[in-house]
Amino acid sequence: MSTASSNAATEARDAIKDLSMLKQKEMIQNNYDELARVGETGKKVVYTFIPGNINELVRCFDVVGNYPEINALQNGLRKKSGNFIMEAERTGHSEDVCTYVKTDIGMARRGNIGPTGQHLPEPDLLLLSYTGCFTFMKWFELLRHEYKCPTVMLHVPYQGEGRVTTNMRNYIVKQLRETVIPELERVSGVKFDIDRLREYLRESAKAEDDLVWVLQSAKNRPSPIDGFFGAMYYVGPIFSAFRGTKDATEYYRLLRAEIAERVAQGKGPVTPDGDMGPEKYRLVTEGTLNYTHMREFWKMFYDEGAVCVASTYTKVGGVYDFGFRHDPEHPLESLADYCLGVYTNLNLPQRVDMIERYINEYQADGLLINSIKSCNSFSAGQLLLMREIEQRTGKPAAFVETDLVDPRYFSAANVKNRLESYFQMIDQKRRAA
Amino acid sequence: MKCFIGIDLGSTTTKAILMDENRTVIGRGITNSRSNYDTAAAVSKQEAFIDARFTLLRRELSSNPGLAGRLDSFLQDLERNFRREQFLEQLADLEQTCRRNASGARFAGLEQAVGTALDEIFAQVRSEATALFAPGVRRKSDFFRDIAGAKYLTIAEDVARRMGLPYEVVLNVYDKAIIEVENRPPASDLKGKMRRGLDGLLAEPHNSEFRQFDFKQPLDRALDLELEETYVIGTGYGRVRLPFSKEHIRSEILCHGLGAHVMFPDTRTVLDIGGQDTKAIQVDQEGIVQNFQMNDRCAAGCGRYLGYIADEMKMGLHELGPLAMQAKKTVRINSTCTVFAGAELRDRLALGEDRADILAGLHRSIILRAMSILARSGGVFDQFTFTGGVAKNEAATRELRKLINENYGDMTINIDPDSIYTGSLGAATFAHRAVMEQ
Repeated sequence: MSTASSNAATEARDAIKDLSMLKQKEMIQNNYDELARVGETGKKVVYTFIPGNINELVRCFDVVGNYPEINALQNGLRKKSGNFIMEAERTGHSEDVCTYVKTDIGMARRGNIGPTGQHLPEPDLLLLSYTGCFTFMKWFELLRHEYKCPTVMLHVPYQGEGRVTTNMRNYIVKQLRETVIPELERVSGVKFDIDRLREYLRESAKAEDDLVWVLQSAKNRPSPIDGFFGAMYYVGPIFSAFRGTKDATEYYRLLRAEIAERVAQGKGPVTPDGDMGPEKYRLVTEGTLNYTHMREFWKMFYDEGAVCVASTYTKVGGVYDFGFRHDPEHPLESLADYCLGVYTNLNLPQRVDMIERYINEYQADGLLINSIKSCNSFSAGQLLLMREIEQRTGKPAAFVETDLVDPRYFSAANVKNRLESYFQMIDQKRRAA
Repeated sequence: MKCFIGIDLGSTTTKAILMDENRTVIGRGITNSRSNYDTAAAVSKQEAFIDARFTLLRRELSSNPGLAGRLDSFLQDLERNFRREQFLEQLADLEQTCRRNASGARFAGLEQAVGTALDEIFAQVRSEATALFAPGVRRKSDFFRDIAGAKYLTIAEDVARRMGLPYEVVLNVYDKAIIEVENRPPASDLKGKMRRGLDGLLAEPHNSEFRQFDFKQPLDRALDLELEETYVIGTGYGRVRLPFSKEHIRSEILCHGLGAHVMFPDTRTVLDIGGQDTKAIQVDQEGIVQNFQMNDRCAAGCGRYLGYIADEMKMGLHELGPLAMQAKKTVRINSTCTVFAGAELRDRLALGEDRADILAGLHRSIILRAMSILARSGGVFDQFTFTGGVAKNEAATRELRKLINENYGDMTINIDPDSIYTGSLGAATFAHRAVMEQ
């Protein structure tokens, strides 16, 4: 490598390691450290899922959270998921089963060594805050069978009619009061303190304000962020163990300042290869991400000047951009509203409305769907949704298929072919307009 | 003369279209894609230029009273004789390459015997060339590899047996040489080959009456006109391998959409079934793509599916459709996996099902899969245009018409006999636009 290109590469790496990134890395590592040390600290371990998690409440009991989806995607990013999936298939899980589940099961069968190489403790409680995905229920049934530990389920009614009723809210609050809190008290031995919950919720709301500012910065031209690939990093802390913590608040404060700086400088998003070149296409994305080939996938976008300005996937752990905030004045009710409002709990017409709004408000050129065959909760209805968006906005849409964490299902040539066709389709439509 | 060229690098064949300033197609070329896209692109383009020379010659000769009413057959005969010259040229190259390769440690002690065998094999192939390109002879394929290969292998087996040589040795010499020869586009002496072709034509008894005319001048005029390679656009699966810059490359979706629009301006839905892709494309009244869907993860139900079945049944790919047309019923065969379909086929044959009926089932199976991709792309709208290699298969088109009618009602279904060129036609149109509409 020549000195010039070597310098450029160093600069690119430096550009990636912003303060917020270092902060997040440290936070994630701390959580894995804490999980690895429960043998010494005696802390109890709660396994729970991302969409509709009630992290602020869980924190009130001094327990440590472990997130099977996060482990699975981290294993995907670190190229470890393939072997775990094959391990799970050897034990009888079919090819069509959600690959997050198989990664988790495979990892457990190989000694439960987590993505960082540290041991993950067994759960003292499985907390199923169920929203939108039936697989979650089956997943925890498998884990319950494996660990024979107590399981508590918070049932969140699906927004079948596209709205939240008082009954729905009350139903969740009742479950929190009568089932979830008592069980957490019993397992942890810590008495519930509502003022402590209020304090966490206050922190959450602050972080949420900054997160929304960051996500909405993509309305700028050029967009200073990538609202899908890049934003997956940005939502990390608030979707997982850190919502409600001062660490998370600090992370989003740093991130917002960094993005504000990019806006001021008229810069586009940071990519793994440094600053993105000129912005040519602005896309809204629907569907989850692929983690095994995330860089390769993302590169297919930024190499062509395509930036994702908004995505639905970055709303699975909470939809904040239409005004909802965790509210310390109504702690349990606001947790209920949060669970009810996450993206996977919305019905199809609501999802269509949301995407239409994104396309208009972010001045997008079209919609791109990344469909995952093994993820039923997301994929069902996506073709219908695509048609509807095309009709309402007149903007072109396209459809690619990959997988969450199964490396066998990422066909780079096919995906690239479709993406290139899609970008050229946008060009063609622009010229015709 | 300005020429605009579109090249479509498919997984099975590579097609080229040559267009003039008025957007008239003056030449078409096709070749097998090999494993070398550069060569395939070069050969298909060269073939399109040769075809363009025939078009120019047709223009030159159209006023010749002696050819009135017989111009078509005259040009067909000329092309047939020209193809024989081309074949002999490549055959000579193949022979030399085989001889070069038949040396070294692997052939120790066998060189002389192999040399003698090659003498005999090539002498025999050469002697059959005239018969191969005689009037009315149907060849299973027009690609050199297929014609020369089939002849070589048959003759070599016999020669090796008689000479007591291991067949594999003679076979290996060919296997190695054909790849080299195939990736070496034929030499450029177009004029020489055309002239020899013309001599060959005039020597044929049924063409004797043409001997009185002077064809040399019109032939020279057609061959000497400068054809400028003004702008090239590449598309298709192998497009990224083309030695073109990015502006010269378009997605095959856009090219197929536009190509179908150029062929049939009222097209709204396009179905293209190629070797490994099935594409459903919706276009507007200008040929601009509105939506598209393609097969994902699996290429069952594409052209290769038929290719595999043809191999399984020891038939030529082009024989499948006609046999399926003779079916009395349609046997149900799955469309989700090519290899399983092959197993089902053997199973059905063992059960005594009729070959034609099974083939009818296989064709239906392909179209059922295409119907699903069409539905995903938004459905089928009038007019509907079917393109790609599979559109040449009458059994497939019959099933398609039936299923389109059952599912979407009556509508105009367009199938152009040259539909295999749809992608390259779109590419050539983009090339024309890039220069003429800037």
